[in-house]
Parts: sequence; structure tokens; C-alpha cells
Amino acid sequence: MTSTEAAVTIRIDDTDVALSAGSSILDGCRSVGVDTPTICYADNLTPVNACRVCVVELEGSRTLVPACSRPAEDGMVIRTDSERVRHSRRMVLEFLASSVDLGQADELTAWAEHYGADPGRYGADRAVVSEPVRVQDNLYIRDYDRCVLCYKCVEACGEDAQQSFAIAVSGRGFDARISTEFDVELPESACVYCGNCVAVCPTNALQFRTEFDLRAVGEWRPEDQTVTRTVCSYCGVGCNLELHVQDDHIVACTSPHDHDVTWGNLCIKGRFGWGYV
Amino acid sequence: MVDLHLTADVASPGERAAVDAAIGPDGAVVVHESERSIVAGRTRRQSRRHWLLPALHALQAEAGWISPGGLNHVADRLQIPPAEVFGVASFYGLFRTDDPGHTGSVTHVCVDPACEIAGASDLADELERAGSAVQRGPCLGQCERAPARFVQGRGEPDHVPADDAVPFRLPRPGQPHRRLTARLGVVDPTSLDSYREHGGYGALTTAIAMGPDAVIEAVTAAGLWGRGGAAFPTGVKWRAVAAQPGPDKHVVANADESEPGTFKDRLLMEHDPFALLESLTIAGLATGAERGWIYIRGEYPLATSRLRQAIDQARAVGWLGADVGASGRSFDVELRRGAGAYICGEETALFNSIEGFRGEPRNKPPYPTTSGLFGRPTVVNNPETLVNVLPIISAGPAAYRSLGTDDSPGTKLFCLSGSLRRPGLYEVPFGTTLRALLLAAGTEIDRLRAVLLGGAAGTFVGPESLDLPLTLEDARAAGATLGSGAVMPFDDRVDLAAVVTRIAEFFRHESCGQCVPCRVGTTRQHEVLLQLRPGRPLADDRRQLLDDMARVMLDASICGLGHTAAGAVRSALDLGIIGEST
Repeated sequence: MTSTEAAVTIRIDDTDVALSAGSSILDGCRSVGVDTPTICYADNLTPVNACRVCVVELEGSRTLVPACSRPAEDGMVIRTDSERVRHSRRMVLEFLASSVDLGQADELTAWAEHYGADPGRYGADRAVVSEPVRVQDNLYIRDYDRCVLCYKCVEACGEDAQQSFAIAVSGRGFDARISTEFDVELPESACVYCGNCVAVCPTNALQFRTEFDLRAVGEWRPEDQTVTRTVCSYCGVGCNLELHVQDDHIVACTSPHDHDVTWGNLCIKGRFGWGYV
Repeated sequence: MVDLHLTADVASPGERAAVDAAIGPDGAVVVHESERSIVAGRTRRQSRRHWLLPALHALQAEAGWISPGGLNHVADRLQIPPAEVFGVASFYGLFRTDDPGHTGSVTHVCVDPACEIAGASDLADELERAGSAVQRGPCLGQCERAPARFVQGRGEPDHVPADDAVPFRLPRPGQPHRRLTARLGVVDPTSLDSYREHGGYGALTTAIAMGPDAVIEAVTAAGLWGRGGAAFPTGVKWRAVAAQPGPDKHVVANADESEPGTFKDRLLMEHDPFALLESLTIAGLATGAERGWIYIRGEYPLATSRLRQAIDQARAVGWLGADVGASGRSFDVELRRGAGAYICGEETALFNSIEGFRGEPRNKPPYPTTSGLFGRPTVVNNPETLVNVLPIISAGPAAYRSLGTDDSPGTKLFCLSGSLRRPGLYEVPFGTTLRALLLAAGTEIDRLRAVLLGGAAGTFVGPESLDLPLTLEDARAAGATLGSGAVMPFDDRVDLAAVVTRIAEFFRHESCGQCVPCRVGTTRQHEVLLQLRPGRPLADDRRQLLDDMARVMLDASICGLGHTAAGAVRSALDLGIIGEST
């Protein structure tokens, strides 16, 4: 961006950052290469700022503020690596690791390690999320023992992408869960199997059935997979597909976030309809 | 919105009739759609969704739960996706989403400290033995007549047995400075005529003559600040909303009084309901808002019915409506019942609740004065704050300031319960000492061990703080808070570890679950306190853990619930009333 486009200037860790109007603090952090952990944030969803792992210290603010959703205002002075910031990030990650299974959430696990999270210091009889894996069809499964309640799937199912509203947050507090009405099985719900929820899940709580089945037999090998970009052949919209291939078989289908047709989203045909290949 | 996908479950005729009666006729309330905006990540596409809470109340009262068929009917009538209706229904303590297995009423028994001291557990056991369906739960706002119960009716209206059984005992003798409570026990709360005979609607008449600017100026000059706990200057808030263009603005009375130990707003509304209406109307005219809302907690059936009656009477004679008091200005009030969620007393959670969403707080900014209810500029005030406006307008700011201190002018309502002989509502000038207040309520000072100021979200102070003048500035200087005005002394007969653990349990139960620091922090905090053993000191690593958790809840939670969830626990540790080896 050129300086004439800059509407606000904020200071991040002693560096002045010029930003266009409407930018968030997170945009500012990323523009100067300040690596910031996020969980509930995605570039194709409205920020819901529920996870609080992206908090930064804002001069003059009593509490920390979420970088992902706080609009940058001229003259803001931000600290992204103060002791307060590191403490809150560490505790958020530690809280999550003490509550759910982050075993397939590599990015979160790396951040937890980075900030020194120690989930082992909570008692063995602590409350944890304990739910049966919901395997209700051949397309994707829901394993809420891994769910960090980032709301991304709800946003993707609802107003940010699919407009299906098949799932919502239910219950309250530690007992809050992502759920259909009365937890009815997905085929009975408003789910249209676009898989956009699976695409945004940061912890593998939602995963393709193909991956789930391969993992069950120890054959899920991301390192052996190739990704091929192509265009969906079903209709004329022109959605781009990323076909993940392992051992000459398609094992997953995603869509690039930076593509201006899909922004990472697909429909059931593009997402799951590759059996004919 | 796409076409709704509903399961095959069908509502019973009774459920259909109950819902249809509760949902107002189409277009009864004019609510403008807000632009797509970032508000806790949700677009507000608003039409009739704000009828959701009344519809769910109707279902719960009719069937004893939110059944799949009933839910489908509500979803269809209001065009809300069923998963979202379920998300809302399962959020509230007064709604159940599983079949209760019986057809009777449910008696809620409070197990928070004042009621527990007064024998709540025994009462609950006794009621169960007698065959009642009992639900033990958080404070019911009747601490002055503990142990408290509230009957959620099935085939009978919701009611509070004590409303019929206990004669009204206000004012307590020896309260010379009664402004806000002057009419309590004197005026007939069901009669507008009686209210007018006792000076009612004099302030509104004066306010109309003064004009909006002068009213806000008077409120500012009087130094009034909010009585809900945050102590924000009322005049500043009103001025900010008044400065926003257009009449599409809201004033909201936050009557979701749920802070354990607090019952002042209930008594104000039960015994002087027109005062709240009059002051809310003044707020509406002063800020240029045409719509007022009263969000009242679901456990207050008497206050609810009295306010409904008052609204009807005020509307009938033109104190509400298209031409309020012949002012040429339009203002009307809508009443909404909460459904058992402490968090809905947080102002942005309250907006979401009225709008028919889960009562999850929004991120601030934007603040309510620019983007509040339905995304419009909104004033939110506690009933006690609002009724202070009446003496300010009637007698002027100078007279108002004749009581209290410079920074805390006027009088304050304190709710006394716990270890004392005369629990109840006390109105005293700011600056009255804690000792004087406790003595008036019959506390045995020589047996006193600690006082909880401000409820669960407040702080404990020890006997060394007895000479604390009760003002905003003195409380702050002492690292304490007046909070909502709850004052709860505990003597040496009370198990303080149990009290503190119960406070932690309360927050665990009431956290909405949206943000990680509060959702997990309140849970883990409670778990650590459950490990407290009498006579055994708290291990250093447990103390460190509590401290670490308190910091992240204070620093990184979205709202005030998380910010205060560790306050009482920490003050108890600092005072050494828990966790010591003694």
C-alpha cells in the first residue's frame, strides 16, 4: 500500500504501521510480520473473537483487546509480546489443552508449546469435554472431544457462507456444545453437506470420513499427499478445487481461500462428489 | 434466509395456542433492520425474532419443557432456524429441553450464601419429601426473606410463595433519609391515582417543561452515576445518546437483577412500579428515544405483573404513547422477561437476549451509546439509577446533593442479608459507614468475620474495614467495590470456605461459555476450591494457579462476568479467610 492510501497509523511494538481504514489490529500485526496466534479467526469469516488467544496490550485500555476484531484507530500503541500478553495467550492455550484433545491440532499445539502452556497442572479429576464421536453418514464425522468452541463451523454453516443454519451453539458455560436442534442426526437436520464447516475447523473435530477411516487404520499420511488444483466440473460457477491425493486416491477436497469465486467454500458436489474420478 | 428445514415433530394444540397468544401480531413492534455489522460476529437481520423469548416462555409454561414439536412451531412462526431456537432455549436456566417426566410446577430453591445460612438445603429436602419437583439454583433476589423459593408454574402462574405469606415490612424504622423508597409501603402500587396523589408524574411534567437539554444538564450536575456496579456517569451516557440523530433509539431499564444478595430493584418495582416507568419516560424524552424496554428477570413474577399493570394504566391516560403528557413526543415501553441467566444483566448480553439470540455479550467497542439494542444508540440504566432522576428533576441538583459526598451524591440502596437479625432494604446517604449499616441491620459485630460487598462479583472485606465510609471513592481507595449494593456479613458460625466455593460454583454455572478465559477459567477455579480442606493450607502451586487464572480472566475475558469472576475468591485469599492453616 502507498502512504496516500493509509488512513490510520498505529504503533506495534515500537514500529509505526500505516493501515487503510477498516483494518484490524491483526491486519497491522501481519503487515509487519508480527506472528499472532489465532483460533476463531479466519480470513473468510466474520471475526467472532471468542477464543481470545490473539489478545494484545493496548495502551490506555484496562484489559487486553482482541487483535482480530478490534479496528485499528489512529495513534493506537500496541504491545504484542508483553508479559501480560504472553500470560493470557499461554493460559488460553493451557485451558483448551486441559479441556479437549488437541492431538490433531498441530498449529495450536505448536503455539501452546511456544507460550509454555502446562495443562498437566490441573487435577486429574478436572472436567473435560467427553462426547461420543458422531459418525452419521459417509461424508464427515464430528468428534466434539476435540472442539474448542471457536464458532467457525456455525458461522460457515450460517451467515458467513452457506445460509443453512443447521448447527448452533447450545447449552451454556463449560457444557456449551455445537449442536443441531435436540442433537438430531445430521441427515435429519438442515445440513446440506457442503462441508464448509469441515474446511474451517481448526482442531479436526470435524473431519472428512475418508480421513477418519484412514486414521482408524493408521494410514492417514499427510506427508505422502499431493495437492492438485483444478476447476470443478459440475456447473458453470468455476469453483476451484484442491484435490488431496494419497496413494493415487483422492482423500480430501478443499478450496483455496484466496480464490474470488469460492473464498474457500464449496457445495456438496464439489466437496464430496469426486467418486467418478 | 433459506427455507427452514424442520423435523417431523408437531406441536400440540395447547402449545400452538400458547405460542400464538404470546407472539404479538405482525408488525406490533417497529424495529429497524441494522446494516450488516460486526457485532460478536453476527449480522442482525431483524424482523420478528425478538418474540423468541416470549414464545419460549409460553412453551415452557404450557408443556413444562421446550418440546421438539413446540420448537418447530416457534421456528416456523418466527422464521428462525430450529438449531438456533434450540441454542437459545438451552441457554436459559428456566427453560428445559428434555421432558421433565412430570406435569407439575417446579420449585426453585436458592442455595446461595444468605439462603444457605437460613436453611435452604433443609427446605429443599423437605419440599422434595413432600413430593415437589425441586431445582436448587442461584440467588432468586429474595435474600431479605431467606431461604427463598420461586415456583415456576405449570397449570398455575409463576409465583413466589413469600409474596403472599410475608407481610411487607418496609420501611424499617430508623431510616430518616428516604428518597427512593419514600413511597414504598405507602403508595398503592396497583393504582396510578394513588401514585399521582403521592407526587407521581410531577417530575415528568417538570421535565417536559424543562426540555431535554436541561434535564440532561440537571442529571449531570447532580453527579448521578449508575447503580448497577460499573458506576458510569448517567448524564454522560444520556448526553451521548441524545447527540445521536433521529428517534430510532432505545432506553432500557436493566431490571435483570441477579447479583447474589441483591433485591433492591425488585422491591422498587413491586411497590412503586410507576416510578420506574416515569423515570424511564424521562430518559426517553431527554435522549430523544421513542422506545423504552424493561428487561426484568424471570424470577420476579410480582414485579412483572405490577409493571404490566402500570404500563397499561399509564398508556390509557397518555403518560405513554404518541403524545406523552401532552408533550407532542412519542414514547412507549415494552416489557420482556428474562429466563434465568445472570449474564443477561450484562448490557450487551441483554440486547442479544431481547433480540432473540443467545445471551452472549458482545465485544466493546462499539459501545451501546452508538450501537446497542438492534444496533441502535441505546441508554441502559438500572432501575435504582433511573428512579434517582425523579428527585433530581423535582427538587433540583443542589437539593439532591444535600445528602452524600461530592463524588457520591445522594442516597444508596443497600441490600442487607446474611448473619444479621434485620435483613432488608436500607436507604442511607452515601458516606454512612459500614459499621453503622451493619449495626442498623442487627449484626453482632464482635462475632463478625467478613463482609461480602457487591455480591458474587464483589469483594470480601474484614472487620478492620468497618469504618469504611460507603462511597464510590472510599470503596475504590480500599480496593473494594459497592457493586450492586449487596452487603452480606458472615459471622463465626458460617463456613466461609463453603461460601467462597459456592461463589466460584455460581460463576461456573453462569458463564455463558463464549470466551475461553471465562468458560474454562470459572470451571477450573471452582475445581481448585473444591480441593480446599478445613485446617489445611492451600498449597503454593494451587495458589499460583488461582492467581494465574484470575489474571487471564481479568485481562482477556470478553465481559464483566469474566473480569469479576475471581475477585471475591482473591479477596478471600488475601484476607486469609480461606486457604490458611488456621
